[in-house]
Amino acid sequence: MFDKILLAIGLTSGLYLVRNLYTMLLVLPDEAAQGMIYRIMFFHIPSWWTCFLSFLVAGVASAIAIRSKSNRADSLAVAATEVGLAFTFVGLATGMIWAKIIWGIWWTWDARLTWAFITALTYAGYLMMRNMIPDPSERLRVTGVLNVFSFASVVICYKAIDWWRTQHPGAVMSFRTGGGSIDPAMEGMTFHNFIAFLLLCIVLVTLRLRQEETLREIEGLRRLAYSR
Amino acid sequence: MLRQSWQIFLKDVRMELRGKEALNASLAFALVVLILFSFAIDPTSEQIREISGGLLWILFAFSGVLLVNRSFLREQSNDCLDVLLVNRVPASALMLGKTFANLLFILMIEAVCLPVFSVLYNINLFQLPLWLLGICLLASWAIAILGTVFAAMTVNLRLRELMLPVILYPMIIPALAAAMYLTNIVSVGKVPEGDDLIWVRLLIGFDVIFTTLALGLIDTILVD
Amino acid sequence: MSVLSAGKVSKFFGNFPALRNLNFTLEAGDCVALLGRNGAGKTTLIHLMSGLSRPTEGTLEITRRVSLLGHGIGVYDELSARENLLFFAGLATVPVDVEAWLEKVNLKDVADAPLREYSRGMRQRLALARAFMGEPELLLLDEPFTSLDDKATALLQTLLAQALARKATIVLSTHQIPEAMALATRILFLERGKLAYAGPRPEEMLTDSTWLYRTYGAIS
Repeated sequence: MFDKILLAIGLTSGLYLVRNLYTMLLVLPDEAAQGMIYRIMFFHIPSWWTCFLSFLVAGVASAIAIRSKSNRADSLAVAATEVGLAFTFVGLATGMIWAKIIWGIWWTWDARLTWAFITALTYAGYLMMRNMIPDPSERLRVTGVLNVFSFASVVICYKAIDWWRTQHPGAVMSFRTGGGSIDPAMEGMTFHNFIAFLLLCIVLVTLRLRQEETLREIEGLRRLAYSR
Repeated sequence: MLRQSWQIFLKDVRMELRGKEALNASLAFALVVLILFSFAIDPTSEQIREISGGLLWILFAFSGVLLVNRSFLREQSNDCLDVLLVNRVPASALMLGKTFANLLFILMIEAVCLPVFSVLYNINLFQLPLWLLGICLLASWAIAILGTVFAAMTVNLRLRELMLPVILYPMIIPALAAAMYLTNIVSVGKVPEGDDLIWVRLLIGFDVIFTTLALGLIDTILVD
Repeated sequence: MSVLSAGKVSKFFGNFPALRNLNFTLEAGDCVALLGRNGAGKTTLIHLMSGLSRPTEGTLEITRRVSLLGHGIGVYDELSARENLLFFAGLATVPVDVEAWLEKVNLKDVADAPLREYSRGMRQRLALARAFMGEPELLLLDEPFTSLDDKATALLQTLLAQALARKATIVLSTHQIPEAMALATRILFLERGKLAYAGPRPEEMLTDSTWLYRTYGAIS
């Protein structure tokens, strides 16, 4: 039953993305200053929102995991972190492609790109820690705390980098590089794609969560077998 | 609890000053890097003034992590950590005592490096000494508190010397950025005002938030 | 009130059952020998009883001051004997006469020398001082007789007798059965994480070290 729901959400996400692509490529006009590449913003910006939401879920799940020693919450934390990290990489990749085409350089210290890089490092560290602790309950405690710290850090980082950029202004990635206001059709498109990404995120996190739970069960059975 | 923190602080300081292993290594490392800077950039150029804050705080971050790594290692060799916990020493007292000890050690490194930097690169960093002290205290506390908590997390790992820097550095970036910015301003004799004060508020906020988190969560890390 | 009471205590590492369904109580003045083969769960149980880890299931209530002498001796190599004892005394909740203890374990003359220069026997005597110092009401000793020299063994036996005289509770995990049987009033026998025997020390154990293993052992 649950599988069917998951499939339904997945299909919806897929179809939504296709519909968005169609609108993007064939209906919306080219943007004034950036030409056709601006369309990458429709993936760049929603990926940030999705990754942040994922990390928020991971942080809350970790807090619950350490409070109530819940293995389920711990599995959700790692699932949400991994998927969040994937979306962070999407954001980084789209940002870099955009920068290369518009400015001819692969990297620019845009506030969001910088933040994403730091965030990616932070959570990569979390995933590395998980691999290093074999005992599940110790892993839950230690990486749970790390995840809570990581989320706090990621939020503080966001603010700090924003302030840094106001004092050291530089390249900015958005629809508005030419100045002026944003076309409502474009804004709408961003939200549409965000919804599609969100659905995709939910599917991925659920699949990963299931995988983690199965892994846990196998680990347990294996230990039980060895203890005989 | 404060009494126990104090005892642990004294013990850690005594142990480190007895052997001085970490302090010496950290200091030697810092001085070597200071020399390396002179090859990376022209020591006589005006550029140094603009990047001195950045250079110094990268240096202090690296030395700080070297020092902080040792905090819980000291307790490992003879299972002393277990004994402390069994004696009902609160994990937060343990952490506070060690954090203050680490803070002291980091400040000691800074106390040597700042004058040396001033001399080697012909910049008077001490034009606003009280401000400089304040920045050093706030930023070093950031390194000390996060460093100590993460040292507790990584103490049982095989690759602890590697994992501690990997998880620590991304997290102290905002504090380091603030310290760099403020040090640059203060070393040219300008009192931070207006927009600059955002960074002071950031440092204070950073310290408050992470100290609170650390005090609340250290129990979970250390006690099963 | 019992010094320690364990009700349906289980400890899992992941899904590995290190201890299963333990039920026992300890009273003041008990001297308990904790026996079992390697891997039976003795150290895990000692960790639970010391409060270092919590049971995964069941309840474990400890109502007294605990002192632990585990595999690691629990003293700092970088400090001297006196500094070590002063530090631990400073953390204790009861006043401790450090000088008297240094005297008792025969380390007064070398109390200010760094621990690095100590022989193994001297370090063990210091560890005993550290463990017995605060007049703990529940003493947990994990294989304390292992590689003690004769002086240290005699010291340990004296300290144990004194502790029992003031109605402290002692739990000794050991493989050296004869020494333990001389003192023990009760036995907890662990076999693969389960309590195969929990009761008074049987007379047979005084003469036959393996009696308990043969009679109550081989539970799967």
